[in-house]
Amino acid sequence: MNPSPPISGRLDSRLEERRRKSGRWRIIFLVCTIVSVFFLAALLAGIVNQAFGYVLVQTEEDPAKLVPEGETLSEQDAQGLSSILQERLSRRLYRKLDTEAPLAERSRAELLGIIDAEILKPHVIATWSLFESIFFKPEIMESVVRDYQGGSLQFRSWVSASLLSSSQSSDPLRSGIRGALLGSLLTILFTILFALPLGVAAAVWLEEYARDNWLNRVIRTNIYNLAGVPSIIYGMLGLALFVRAMAPLTSGAIFGVQSEGTSLDGRTVLSASLSLALLILPIIIINAQEAMRAVPQSLRQSSLALGATRWQTVWHHVLPASADRILTGAVLAISRALGETAPLVVVGASTFLSMDPTGPFSKFTTLPIQIYQWSARPQQEFRNLAAGAIVVLLVMLLSLNASVIYMRAKYSNKKAASQ
Amino acid sequence: MGCGNPSKPTDQLPRTLLHRPRPGEIIIQALLFLAASISIFTTLGIVASLGLEAFAFFRKISLIDFFTDTVWQPAIERYGILPLLSATLATSFWAMLLALPLGLLVAIYLSEYAPRRVRDFLKPVLELLAGIPTVVYGYFALNTVTPLIRNLFGRQRVDVYNTLSAGLVMGILILPLIASMCEDALSSVPRSLKEGAYAMGANKLEVSLTIVVPAAFSGIAAAFILGLSRAVGETMIVAMAAGAGPNLTLNPFKSAETMTGHIVRISGGDLSYDSMDYQSLFAIALVLFIVTLGLNMLSSRIVRRFREVYE
Repeated sequence: MNPSPPISGRLDSRLEERRRKSGRWRIIFLVCTIVSVFFLAALLAGIVNQAFGYVLVQTEEDPAKLVPEGETLSEQDAQGLSSILQERLSRRLYRKLDTEAPLAERSRAELLGIIDAEILKPHVIATWSLFESIFFKPEIMESVVRDYQGGSLQFRSWVSASLLSSSQSSDPLRSGIRGALLGSLLTILFTILFALPLGVAAAVWLEEYARDNWLNRVIRTNIYNLAGVPSIIYGMLGLALFVRAMAPLTSGAIFGVQSEGTSLDGRTVLSASLSLALLILPIIIINAQEAMRAVPQSLRQSSLALGATRWQTVWHHVLPASADRILTGAVLAISRALGETAPLVVVGASTFLSMDPTGPFSKFTTLPIQIYQWSARPQQEFRNLAAGAIVVLLVMLLSLNASVIYMRAKYSNKKAASQ
Repeated sequence: MGCGNPSKPTDQLPRTLLHRPRPGEIIIQALLFLAASISIFTTLGIVASLGLEAFAFFRKISLIDFFTDTVWQPAIERYGILPLLSATLATSFWAMLLALPLGLLVAIYLSEYAPRRVRDFLKPVLELLAGIPTVVYGYFALNTVTPLIRNLFGRQRVDVYNTLSAGLVMGILILPLIASMCEDALSSVPRSLKEGAYAMGANKLEVSLTIVVPAAFSGIAAAFILGLSRAVGETMIVAMAAGAGPNLTLNPFKSAETMTGHIVRISGGDLSYDSMDYQSLFAIALVLFIVTLGLNMLSSRIVRRFREVYE
């Protein structure tokens, strides 16, 4: 006959256990959250790790042999450099370069560039990641001596001014994203031109005019459904509609456009921007609707009471009052379009384009597509290039997002001040 | 949101003022309506363009063959979607396996446990994660996660392209989506429910797991379904890291091509209109469209039902 323990004692022992369990789970929740943040850090670290690091470069000619004993190439003045060129280049090539622009009048940097491209012809033999470059430097040095003959080991930042300024090339050391960057900017420009007015107009209709009937309900539901359609489907739509069915328009043929760099079919900047515009239209509409919904009803009523028409009310009061929020939503939509890859591959981005895009009817490539194509190459140095391009892309997107945060802060300050 | 008819007809006002024709206003209205109806035309355009090409495709390949054949080899006229579908399911499975539990636990932490300052810091960070282009995730999968997995499980066993790596990175991609949707669902559970439980002596964990999570269950389910839809339609990660070439396997270490990955690879090359290759892409896209649309509608239906309960 054991007397059962008093109730308070049982409660106490259970309480202890419950507390422990609660504490354990609190830690689990926290760890999961930290892990998620860690993923972001790992993602960025993975990119940076590839964007910088040692490269082993070999040249076809030893630069020391080009100059007199005890001097280096970078010490030479322009005259010395042009005499090296005269000495080393084949006569035909020299004459060709000279007729393009007299070699004697070219700057030192230009001459060094020619020596680099025509005589030294450097190429990458091996690359190391930033992590290896920092922590395994002695091993790298050793392996350079042991496994590779000659060549110079240099620390290279794949994000550089020359990455931004040079066009795509088959040589990873001189290849750049100039064309892709310009293509991205041009495509986004046309995308904004199409999507922003259309999106705001649609939102005005839905928020300010539309009666609650079946047609407008269908439009509303439809917009929400469109926002969830995978982006690649928009690519297929673009391929069938803009590239193929509207080829005379999107290739510029009916405008008589036909110059070098333009495409003969519809795989143009215009088709790409139209497809992207359809893709971000639902996002812009939904954001603009929310922005207009936040405008106080009293503003509309006072305007209407003073005899303004509906459109005057919208144009002079509702739109200005919601403009900053509409713009914020638009910037988010644009940053989405800027990073979009799959639909543009389907629409027909060019795989190799060494020329800059010139207008809406040019063939196009964009920064994400360039990254995709470089990543798909087996050579490590192209993957490094891709990492460099990713850094550029992320900086662009980050500054767009920062501008949104800034605008939001300014907006809430203004609101706070007016209250 | 109508703003009411601005002028109520009264007998005192002259007729001309009331019924003054305003052609400008009517034209503007028509233009606005046209802009809004573009969304309808977009949907119609998607359905028509996918449908037409897919119809041409299914005239040559029967639906039964399409859904039951286990080989996708256009060269020998075999178009069975199963290998592509299984790869899509495999990558989505690994993505969900990572994103569901982690997303839900992060959401519980953010809505129930985190101090305000931590939440104010973490939510933008997760948003940032959601704003990174998928091609960057693809690069990350190929150059960071895949080498990691290969070192972990052995280079012989793990292919350079594999569904596990692509799936896990896709999980990281949809994690913020699921976390933020779950967080919304959890934080819209009425305070009174929680306070009732606290008054009964429950501690934070018990309130979270036995009161808040079940009450927000439909919102959480909606988030899961939307996440799945996102995973099925995700393209660049699988195109870069899961592999090229259809392969009917569920082995996470082997390469396999998903529906989206196949579309991107084939359309990236030279593709001539009216060829079987061209039409087959539209047939795949149609399947993709129907599956994602179905999942999205299911998700929004669940959300709507959930709203009716608490508002």
